[in-house]
Amino acid sequence: MSILAQATTAAEAALTAADQKSISAAGYAGLAYGLATLGPGIGIGYLVGQSVQAMARQPEAAGMVRTTMFLGIAFTEALALIGFVVFILLKFV
Amino acid sequence: MIFGLEFPPIENLVEWPNLFGPTDSWYGFNKIALINLVALVGTSVLFLVAGRQKTLEPATNAPKGSRNLVESAVAFIRDGIITETIGPEGLRYLPFLASLFFFILITNIFEVIPFFHMPGNARMAGPAVLALLTWVYFIAVGIKHQGLKYFWNSVAPPGVPKALLPLVVPIELLSTFIVRPFSLAVRLFANMLAGHILLVTFTVLCITLWGASLLLAVLPFSFLMLVGLTGFEIMVAFLQAYIFTILASVYIGSSMHAEH
Repeated sequence: MSILAQATTAAEAALTAADQKSISAAGYAGLAYGLATLGPGIGIGYLVGQSVQAMARQPEAAGMVRTTMFLGIAFTEALALIGFVVFILLKFV
Repeated sequence: MIFGLEFPPIENLVEWPNLFGPTDSWYGFNKIALINLVALVGTSVLFLVAGRQKTLEPATNAPKGSRNLVESAVAFIRDGIITETIGPEGLRYLPFLASLFFFILITNIFEVIPFFHMPGNARMAGPAVLALLTWVYFIAVGIKHQGLKYFWNSVAPPGVPKALLPLVVPIELLSTFIVRPFSLAVRLFANMLAGHILLVTFTVLCITLWGASLLLAVLPFSFLMLVGLTGFEIMVAFLQAYIFTILASVYIGSSMHAEH
């Protein structure tokens, strides 16, 4: 056991501070993206569901509802995409 | 090394060597620049050729060939984007929005074109310039229609109590003049980069599995996924061009009249 522990500490000592930082950042990158998807996922699901309901109830308003739906999706999706950019920044920069 | 498979380094994803010219020189010309140039020249040539075609279909009196394509695309932007968001008075901004739409669509569609396989907007520089252009454009439209009062009108919506103004003005200032261009650029960039990473992941997986012995059984699934995702990315390329244009149209429309 002690030999193993010594080997681990030696390996950790060989890593520079920058390496350690990038390793922990890479660990948190997935978490950041996962958390960023939760809200927009619920939001887009609710939004599209309600739009489908509106279109089914009033088919003549379908064009207007669809345009507004895409606008709403674009605004909601921005949060998930910012999470994705944070993922890229944490992981690769 | 994952499961004994060797993968190429991640830097190969979006970094391209210059086709000519040394690295870091101002005239260096790489794949992204080539895609942007093709999108610019291709759109211009398409519109010039379509504009010169005067003959109509004899039976139905409808335009034909390239003019038919371009006319239906412009009609889509006119009816599907401008009249839905601004109204008939927004038709004078049709040329700007149409060129925005076509440029983004063609640079995006290079994601699935063989030998390119790279969306031109998966590098931040392209979307950033397009978003900055839209930002300048909607501020200019606002100043033209409302004068310098535009800035006050856009940060302080009418009907807000005076006591709330210190809270509302910073929020509206941030959301109108900073978040708008930022989210426009990031939306386009992140969507295209995500699609590119998806396609590259499955392509590289297919290539790597070809040499593997036991894991070869996974190859058909990976390949089917790649085919399906290619279709999906064609849709995304179109949808992102549509969303960028419709948001630019909404921003221009909101700066034409003070909110009331």
